[in-house]
Amino acid sequence: MFPFILRRLMMLVPTLLGVSIIVFLMLHITPGDPAELLLGERATEQALHEIREHLGLNKPLYVQYGLFLKRLATLDLGETIWTREKVWTEISQRFPATIELSVAAMLISCFFGILFGIVSATKQYSIFDYLSMIGALVGVSMPIFWLGLVLMLVFSLVLGWFPMSARLTIGIDLEPVTHFYVLDSILTGNWTALKDVLWHLFLPAVTLSTIPMAIVARMTRSSMLEVLRQDYIKTARAKGLPQSTVIFKHAFRNALIPVVTTIGLQFGILMGGAILTETIFAWPGVGKWMFDAVMKRDYMVIQGGTLFIAGLFVLINLVVDVLYAVINPRISVQ
Amino acid sequence: MTELAANQESRHPFWDQIDQLWRNKTAVAGLIIVVVFVLVGIAAPWISPHDPVDASLYDQLKPPMWSSGGSSKHVLGTDDLGRDILSRILFGARVSLLVAMVSVGIAFCVGVILGAVSGFYKGTVDNLIMRSMDILLSFPHILLAIVMVAYLGPSLRNAMIAIGIIYIPRYARIVRGSVLEECEKDYVTASRAIGAGSLRIIFISILPNCMGPLIVQTTLGFASAILDAAALSFLGLGAQPPTPEWGAMIAQGRSMILRAWWVMTMPGIAILIAVLGFNLFGDGLRDALDPRLRD
Repeated sequence: MFPFILRRLMMLVPTLLGVSIIVFLMLHITPGDPAELLLGERATEQALHEIREHLGLNKPLYVQYGLFLKRLATLDLGETIWTREKVWTEISQRFPATIELSVAAMLISCFFGILFGIVSATKQYSIFDYLSMIGALVGVSMPIFWLGLVLMLVFSLVLGWFPMSARLTIGIDLEPVTHFYVLDSILTGNWTALKDVLWHLFLPAVTLSTIPMAIVARMTRSSMLEVLRQDYIKTARAKGLPQSTVIFKHAFRNALIPVVTTIGLQFGILMGGAILTETIFAWPGVGKWMFDAVMKRDYMVIQGGTLFIAGLFVLINLVVDVLYAVINPRISVQ
Repeated sequence: MTELAANQESRHPFWDQIDQLWRNKTAVAGLIIVVVFVLVGIAAPWISPHDPVDASLYDQLKPPMWSSGGSSKHVLGTDDLGRDILSRILFGARVSLLVAMVSVGIAFCVGVILGAVSGFYKGTVDNLIMRSMDILLSFPHILLAIVMVAYLGPSLRNAMIAIGIIYIPRYARIVRGSVLEECEKDYVTASRAIGAGSLRIIFISILPNCMGPLIVQTTLGFASAILDAAALSFLGLGAQPPTPEWGAMIAQGRSMILRAWWVMTMPGIAILIAVLGFNLFGDGLRDALDPRLRD
């Protein structure tokens, strides 16, 4: 197991370098003076001169890339144009909101996705199977930004059941500990805040969970169907074991392996989906912040945010690979 | 009896696949949607009741026909500039079709060439190409598209280029895998023995044998290209006003969501139906053409 993890970690280096090269080059293939792009049109000559010196923009490209890597190593992602805050500080402030939303979406999609998948597989060709698989196909075919708006129209504007935006009602106090609001309200025992936080979290999380839910349901169903055809399931049934034991103890545990991989990969993809969902629900996370930066052409933020999300995506995929090896002993033997 | 046997032997496997596809009801439903979508895209100028960009002060925010206040003049209602939503949706099919064809076309051509070269020459070339593909895959794909358009500048053309680039790895991987597998087979050795050049072997001998998975991926690629292009346009990074693009129409309807729900809802349904069509058809194709890929 250890050599596998080590080998996988080694592979991380070229991937991350590749990611950094792409992000670095994007600025340079964009027409215009990089210094002006980074500082915006209103920058003074003095400021432009300073940033050229600081980033080495007058030096050859490979030297600039070297300097870029050196700054990355110290988490120096530059400053935003608009607030003059450090990009890294801004990311770390917004990151918990994005993670909270993604985890909530993932929990919803895993629970319902696996549930629908198992029921569909055990009742193959039943009306439930057809309906849930058509539902899953509709789920992956739906533009999530549109779904978010429809949910908002129905449940916030018409029925008034859920709020339209933000993470917390103004006026409700919550002492920040981890900046994950659900955790913070539990840690401080603030149940009013917890209720309010979950109430705000519901619509964005449901929106973001649709696509992964559909994919997890389809994967669980096909994986379960394959396992249910195996001889050891027949043996288990022949022994007279109750249906629930056969399904959960014998079949599901073996069907889980590809499902876990799918779930892990979806988690990474959620980071991309978060840009759309956060923008619609004005969720103050990294995604909305990146989108605002794109609108304001704040390239320091775009650069830093892209590096951050891609880095996270690569790390999540690494964890998925390792998990896969842990639950599937055949991998580590190879 | 012998005649029957002879008939069965002479039957090309292709017809079995067509039979299988035809028996799959959901795939046929998908195919019908796809055909209608393509026909609408082509015939939009002739079947649209109104001009999609023609604003009319007297017809602002008219509800759909079946709602109170609606009329058969504007079946799906009008937007805040008095433009007919049905006409904009019909023309939107044309824009989506174009985006899907161009971006999937870019990804297909570049991906197939890179994948074929990678699988055929192996070694350093293969390593270099496939590691670059891995790097492209290290970004959540919609993020990469957004960022690329942010740098290139928002426009439908740049959105198509960005989507095309992010889809390249899908095709490259499929073709590389198939080429690696096919290269070991006797017919490739035979072509080599009679002196066929590399290009001839790759494009004439090997590639036709990888078409199954490629066709499946292309159909599913159309579905995701329509979705991604709509997402980019929704964010203001793709089609610019007054182009009747479905994602841009949703974005426009967002500000009047409570006053005029139909402006935002109708284009969303159009996207859903078109994408669903390609997904249904693609799934059916996968079952018929390439059983290995079934999930």
